[in-house]
Amino acid sequence: MNVDERGAELLEDQEQLATSRLKYSFNFELQRREFCKLLGGGLMVFLSARDLVSQESGRRFNGGQGAPPAIAAWLHIAEDGSITVYTGKVEMGQNIRTSLTQQVSEELRIPPASIHLIMGDTALVPYDMGTFGSRTTPTMGPQLRRVSAAARENLIDLAAQRWQVDRSNLLAKDGKVQDPQSRKSVTYGELTKGQELVKLVADAPVLESPAEWKIAGASASKVDGRAFVTGEHKYTSDVVRPGMLYGKVMRPAQFKATLKSLDDGEAQKLPGITVVHDGNFVGVTASDSAGATKALQALRAEWSAPQQTSEATLFQDLKNAGTSATGESAETIFQSGSMEQGLAAADHRLSETYSVAYIAHIPLEPRAAVAEWNDSRLTVWTGTQRPFGVREELSEAFRIPLEDVHVIVPDTGSAYGGKHTADAAVEAARLAKAAGKPVKVVWTREEEFTWAYFRPAGVIEVKSGVRRDGTITAWQCDNYNAGAAAIRTPYNIANQRITFHPAEAPLRQGSYRGLAGPANHFAREVHMDELAHTVGMESLEFRLKNVTDLRLRAVLQAAAEKFGWSREKSSPSRGFGIAGGTEKGSYVATCVEVAIGKHNDVHVVRVAEAFECGAIVNPAGLQNQIVGSIIMGLGGALFEAIHFDNGRILNPRLSSYRVPRFSDMPQVDVEMLDRKDLPPAGAGETPIMTLAPAIANAIFAATGKRLRALPMVPQGLPR
Amino acid sequence: MSLTLKVNGREHQVDVAPEQKLLYVLREQLGLTGTKYGCGEGQCGACTVLVDGQATRSCLSPVVSAVGKSVTTIEGLEHEGHLHPVQEAFLQTEAFQCGYCTSGAILSAVSLLNKTPRPSDQQIIAAMEGNICRCGTYPRILKAIRSASQADQG
Repeated sequence: MNVDERGAELLEDQEQLATSRLKYSFNFELQRREFCKLLGGGLMVFLSARDLVSQESGRRFNGGQGAPPAIAAWLHIAEDGSITVYTGKVEMGQNIRTSLTQQVSEELRIPPASIHLIMGDTALVPYDMGTFGSRTTPTMGPQLRRVSAAARENLIDLAAQRWQVDRSNLLAKDGKVQDPQSRKSVTYGELTKGQELVKLVADAPVLESPAEWKIAGASASKVDGRAFVTGEHKYTSDVVRPGMLYGKVMRPAQFKATLKSLDDGEAQKLPGITVVHDGNFVGVTASDSAGATKALQALRAEWSAPQQTSEATLFQDLKNAGTSATGESAETIFQSGSMEQGLAAADHRLSETYSVAYIAHIPLEPRAAVAEWNDSRLTVWTGTQRPFGVREELSEAFRIPLEDVHVIVPDTGSAYGGKHTADAAVEAARLAKAAGKPVKVVWTREEEFTWAYFRPAGVIEVKSGVRRDGTITAWQCDNYNAGAAAIRTPYNIANQRITFHPAEAPLRQGSYRGLAGPANHFAREVHMDELAHTVGMESLEFRLKNVTDLRLRAVLQAAAEKFGWSREKSSPSRGFGIAGGTEKGSYVATCVEVAIGKHNDVHVVRVAEAFECGAIVNPAGLQNQIVGSIIMGLGGALFEAIHFDNGRILNPRLSSYRVPRFSDMPQVDVEMLDRKDLPPAGAGETPIMTLAPAIANAIFAATGKRLRALPMVPQGLPR
Repeated sequence: MSLTLKVNGREHQVDVAPEQKLLYVLREQLGLTGTKYGCGEGQCGACTVLVDGQATRSCLSPVVSAVGKSVTTIEGLEHEGHLHPVQEAFLQTEAFQCGYCTSGAILSAVSLLNKTPRPSDQQIIAAMEGNICRCGTYPRILKAIRSASQADQG
């Protein structure tokens, strides 16, 4: 599985289409029988992804003939009235278990406490491409709302039949169907009792509009919050199976290494140890993790690795790889007008280069998996953003049919784009196969830093022209390896050329929170500030002059208002900066105040951020995501960087890789613009994108130093 | 080697090497998985437990160092079905996202409030500096600890 960033973006684009791939086609009759057996009676409602099916097959779904329906969502109302909803999305701290529950609750008109979500269990939930790209809220939200609304209408039908009345007189409320005329009411459980009803719904009933929402749209507490403050919640790394062993994998000192020889004599002498040696894979199991660590240390191995590049030449290497004839071809993302004419029409021309370092995700729960074989069937618990992708990787790795692989994703200790792959799952399954018992593998922090993948490093060159009156006439952007997400400018510029140059990268790289959004916003919004400075215009005014997109204007103005932008004036010890942008259907703007210390140290003291993602589903949850993005964004902006040399990571520990801590926390003020007239967009990624450029612009305002490389101040301000 | 450990008010016999880290004894021998592994070098605070009331990094502490002392993990904070005020404050403030750092953060906060019942914001920040929340929930954690300290004063 190619996990590079572009791959992830392409996957995202194809998500809709892929849900209808015949490979995952749905045998309705079989599933129906399975479900009745598994769940007992009640009402089961399936929502077919009708539009997707017609795209795929060229035919409309016609009730079971022709192409089988792809199923977008399903929901079960048990005989006791409890609701279970099945979704392939996973929870990893972004709080969708709660926001999706709210939306089901809204349409089904039953309190959230009666609803349980089964998430990311490949044996039970509909196929899903994965939880990334801020897709849950715009795609899964409406799907679950549709299936819930369909269930509600079915319940009304059942009540109408029972009372022999016209259904149009009935309404659903508080978990009951009510007849206001006769004042009769019946609970959902009473309606589904003794039933074995299965409904396949293709047409979605009318949904509540966000303006009418009562439960969605209001702040809701995390549905299972108590389990997190008591330690009861079981993450993958907490899962225990009967007879389970603990596994560890041997890692070479360098990337791309080949195992030359292995001496496992000392390790084999230890009691209860299994050593697995399969090509380049070497691992051990023991009855506890201390035993596994001891066995690993007793192994003697010789590896050989080719000479590899170092960080010193990273940016030149990426540029060379992105421009050379042997590199992958450049991809023109957008072109309009003529750069030559645009530059000719300008009074000032500017050309600057920006760069971003490799950084690590550092989910606090490292990659982990528990694998268990029953004959040739494999069950794996693992924290991943792609349960079905991991199922596929396991099926390929062990050459077993997809149906024989069952992946379960417990709510996970965060991911930030870093948990797309099946590494720990494959390792645990390989060890479990050899040991003949369930095996748990939990990566160490050092493994997580070294053997996972990184946010891509990249070089971004911007060439532009601006007229004396502040009109931007030309904008050329060449992005080497950073990634194409959010690469296009939202400003109105007649002449543009936007190009992404993929490169052969020295380190394994992949998705990150917002993909390349933070990198592209950094380059663009710092360059915008440089242009404003060039023509002597105030930063906010310059941006507003060049943008007509009302949503972007609204967040820029809201952030400025919240911050008190017009009142602030920079001095050598205090700087104020602003940046704005849009990605994945949402809009963000950030104002920052930095303090410059006596020792050239930089401290972000205040941040005001305005964010707009259409109709807000859970304001308190959204606020948590926005503040979290700002805090996390401080690291990549100020000091986070992976250092490497010749196939080795030089700082693979939290003692040598600095992440934001309590004392880094600025005062954070958030303004959320609730657009109930617009469908909800995702919100876990975009809020991180404009922090770094706002900080860079604030540092410039105070010191006159223009910092164009992330991280900006790993050792304080450059002299 | 057989050792006696007092955890959450109960005595347990464990048969482990004395240098084995307390974290793994709690998680693997006693099944107390609320205490988390985060870094193995005392940098992130996910493994924080109380040893005689004092916040301690269980990933660095040899199990033998806890013998004869009283260990409290997140599972031992509830009292007769009632959450500890710090747990309650974290829950009410929703001072978590993925929740993986939460048990360690709660125990660091309990330790702080044991010593300093009414800490200033600066004292809270200093005491919590060793607890990483990668989801970036620090402002809410600060708020939760503030409100728990006021609740304690009740």
